[in-house]
Amino acid sequence: MTNSIAEIAGADFILAIGTNTTEAHPIISLKAKKAQRNGATLVVVDPRRTELAELANVHLQLKSGSDIALLNALAHVIIAEELWNNDFVAGRTEDFEAFKAIVAKYTPELAEQITGISAETIREVARGYARAQKATILYTMGITQHICGTHNVLAVANLAMLCGQIGKESSGVNPLRGQNNVQGSCDMGALPSVFTGYQAVTAYDQRAKFAKAWHVAELPARPGLTVGEMMDKAGTDELKGMYIMGENPVLSDPDSNHVVHALEKLDFLVVQDIFLTETAALADVVLPAASFAEKDGTFSNTERRVQRVRKAIDPVGNARPDWQIICAVSAAMGYPMQYATASDIFDEMALLTPTYAGISYARLEQGDIQWPCPNANHPGTTYLHKDKFLRGLGKFNPVEYIPPAEMPDAGYPLLLSTGRRYFHYHTGTMTQRTGALEVHYGTEYLEINQADAASLGIADGDMAQVSSRRGQVKIAARISKVVPQGLVFTSFHFPEVAINKLTNPAKDSLSKIPELKVCAVRVEKAS
Amino acid sequence: MTVTEITLTINDITVTVPQGATVLEAAHQAGVFIPTFCHDPELTKFGACRMCVVEIAGIRNLPASCVTVATEGMVVHADSPAVQEARKTVLELMLANHPLDCLTCGKSGDCRLQDYAYLYGVKTGSFEGERHCYPLEDDNPFIVRDMNKCILCGRCVRACAEIQGNSIVEFTNRGFNAKITPAMDVSLAASDCVFCGNCVAVCPVGALQEKRLRRAARTWEVRKVKTTCPYCGTGCSFDLNVKDNKVVGVTSCDGDVNGRALCVKGRFGYGFIHHPDRLTTPLIKKNGIFVKATWDEAIGLVAQKLGQVKAQYGSDALAVLSSARCTNEENYLLQKFTRAVLGTNSIDHCARL
Ligand code: SF4
Ligand code: SF4
Repeated sequence: MTNSIAEIAGADFILAIGTNTTEAHPIISLKAKKAQRNGATLVVVDPRRTELAELANVHLQLKSGSDIALLNALAHVIIAEELWNNDFVAGRTEDFEAFKAIVAKYTPELAEQITGISAETIREVARGYARAQKATILYTMGITQHICGTHNVLAVANLAMLCGQIGKESSGVNPLRGQNNVQGSCDMGALPSVFTGYQAVTAYDQRAKFAKAWHVAELPARPGLTVGEMMDKAGTDELKGMYIMGENPVLSDPDSNHVVHALEKLDFLVVQDIFLTETAALADVVLPAASFAEKDGTFSNTERRVQRVRKAIDPVGNARPDWQIICAVSAAMGYPMQYATASDIFDEMALLTPTYAGISYARLEQGDIQWPCPNANHPGTTYLHKDKFLRGLGKFNPVEYIPPAEMPDAGYPLLLSTGRRYFHYHTGTMTQRTGALEVHYGTEYLEINQADAASLGIADGDMAQVSSRRGQVKIAARISKVVPQGLVFTSFHFPEVAINKLTNPAKDSLSKIPELKVCAVRVEKAS
Repeated sequence: MTVTEITLTINDITVTVPQGATVLEAAHQAGVFIPTFCHDPELTKFGACRMCVVEIAGIRNLPASCVTVATEGMVVHADSPAVQEARKTVLELMLANHPLDCLTCGKSGDCRLQDYAYLYGVKTGSFEGERHCYPLEDDNPFIVRDMNKCILCGRCVRACAEIQGNSIVEFTNRGFNAKITPAMDVSLAASDCVFCGNCVAVCPVGALQEKRLRRAARTWEVRKVKTTCPYCGTGCSFDLNVKDNKVVGVTSCDGDVNGRALCVKGRFGYGFIHHPDRLTTPLIKKNGIFVKATWDEAIGLVAQKLGQVKAQYGSDALAVLSSARCTNEENYLLQKFTRAVLGTNSIDHCARL
């Protein structure tokens, strides 16, 4: 996020795109609701009529995957009606003309045809966003899990720069990260092309710096594989061994059947987790890890806030904290890693990572710190891009609308979208075992519109068979006004409804994020 | 804009506060204790319980300090005999209609009614009156509601409206029959309640309790450890409640991100920690079946196999998935291991999902 969570409450215009905030980020939604109670306008862009959409002043119920057409049309109106922020565009950005040229053709009327939202509504929302004192954009996977996900994000950034709605308090571009430490995992360099703090592995100087600190002669220069590419290469025998810590790709990744097949082909698979997940079941060796309650460490939340995780109890049974297991494996491979505490690891990392350099456990005892925090006297950073962008000038990257990779056709006439539920989390390994959450919300269902259900002869509660070109699942149907005609929706939290057997692994070519929000399916009444 | 200040005395202590501050806030600043039930600094002022009454020179009756604005030169007595008497009466009336089952109540030890009864030496039985006989509501796995213990302070009503923004529970009826319920007097489970438990976190007595926590430990038996929620990326802080090396519950602390607010996952989703399915020993697959192993065996085998692949096929035949659920330190170490020991950049995690 460029802003802090607390700043959302201070916005006077909130554009929430593809975020089911009340369910996926409940406490962040409280800030949006608070802003609205204080008079802010809440505009929700979502193909589904989610709880947040219900609350919204305006719900733009667009067709799945048509976000760029909408965002470009908003920019079109703002330019045509001269509502854009001249000073900001002139002083802080570049390539405006190229952007202007592209959005020129995205008239609200054209966007109406693509998105299904009326041209007049698009105009109104554009005016509201441009004229707001402090407008903020929130988005999540509804923007990124498309083959054009990167372009969606650029379209969002273009809009914010056009109106100067970024780089100030309560005003910016705010992706809400789904998992507790997904921000931290990225910050820590658990990515194929960067070390900690997004320092590129392709840069000689960076490699030299890390090699020296780690006492090795050299480090690999070629960027590695993304998770999707790993599965592909395992399937074709180019990858022979994998080490998986705390992930469950069998349920979380698209096209599960392919993932299972790929992992089974490996010569050696080691999985380290707190439960015997669907992925761990395929392993040659399973290492029992400690849960968050059993170890010290830090998480970095979606607003770049570094927070302490504190050991409350001893690990259960013979489980061990993940960091101790990694040290043991490393030592056994002839590279001893010796750390007495998690704090020592943090210190080593902070020395190598400019954005974390000023943070230490001692400081975190006084309160959380948001990076960038370059030195021990720096208070941390609540919002980014205050006087300039990281790269200097903000660059307009004009983007064009493209339809989703797989659209409905005669054989697969409905669109399936997947997402999260309030009572559950990710692949359900934790929330299905709490003695409370799964008791209250114990079975998953398929949201289907009344009209679609009627034409398929499906009644509320009937078991339905949902099939795509890749697989099929059985699931109870729930007739719901949340989804419009033509769209069905469910979550990926329930192992017995392994919906990712169906989803499309087609990826955004830049981010490699799969298009989990759109795939074509057929729904039938199950016998 | 200059903030004007005013000066007053409370129990002969002189204190200067910003204009607009209440007498209760001024007392707090002066270090003078005033008991409250319905007041909560995060919620709108209610002024209903009358526990915080004080005596103010020149004002008849005893005003509630939480809704009385301090004025210049005001002379406040927060503990005068009249004040003490009034507070005792408030407590006696509450206790007259309160099930006195402190021996088994899960909130015992963390209950304002109990604390103030002790403080003011109020025993039961001064008033004998009609008692409520509401059925206990525990038809959901998260929260137990015992309306017989409710003192009608309305904190839950305001927390649900002002913190959670949901307005599930409201006051209904008047007088003796006044009650706090979801619309149509249904149970929480039958309402649109999302079981965030933010009402439970502000309840000063035993009317709203966390179902499992309050059966697992007395309030004074737990050690509280502040940590960060393991679920979504919001990063709420809370206290793990620990008894006998077991996590028995979660309660609100004052988090930098969330204050006392949590969602159902953060507050009630801790049960997985001690679930019998937890892996407690290394496993090695032999002939398709997992067999228990020692750490030395398992680590030795992992090192040998990874080393073998590297030697035979090269570093790029290996890949690692790190975890968005593990700590920064663990992610740092795993990428260090991948790059420095395995010799490949093929490390990723499910950021994209
Ligand atoms: S649990 Fe949450 S939603 Fe339900 S009544 Fe309490 S505050 Fe309101
Ligand atoms: S309590 Fe709820 S909103 Fe807060 S971090 Fe945990 S899951 Fe997210």
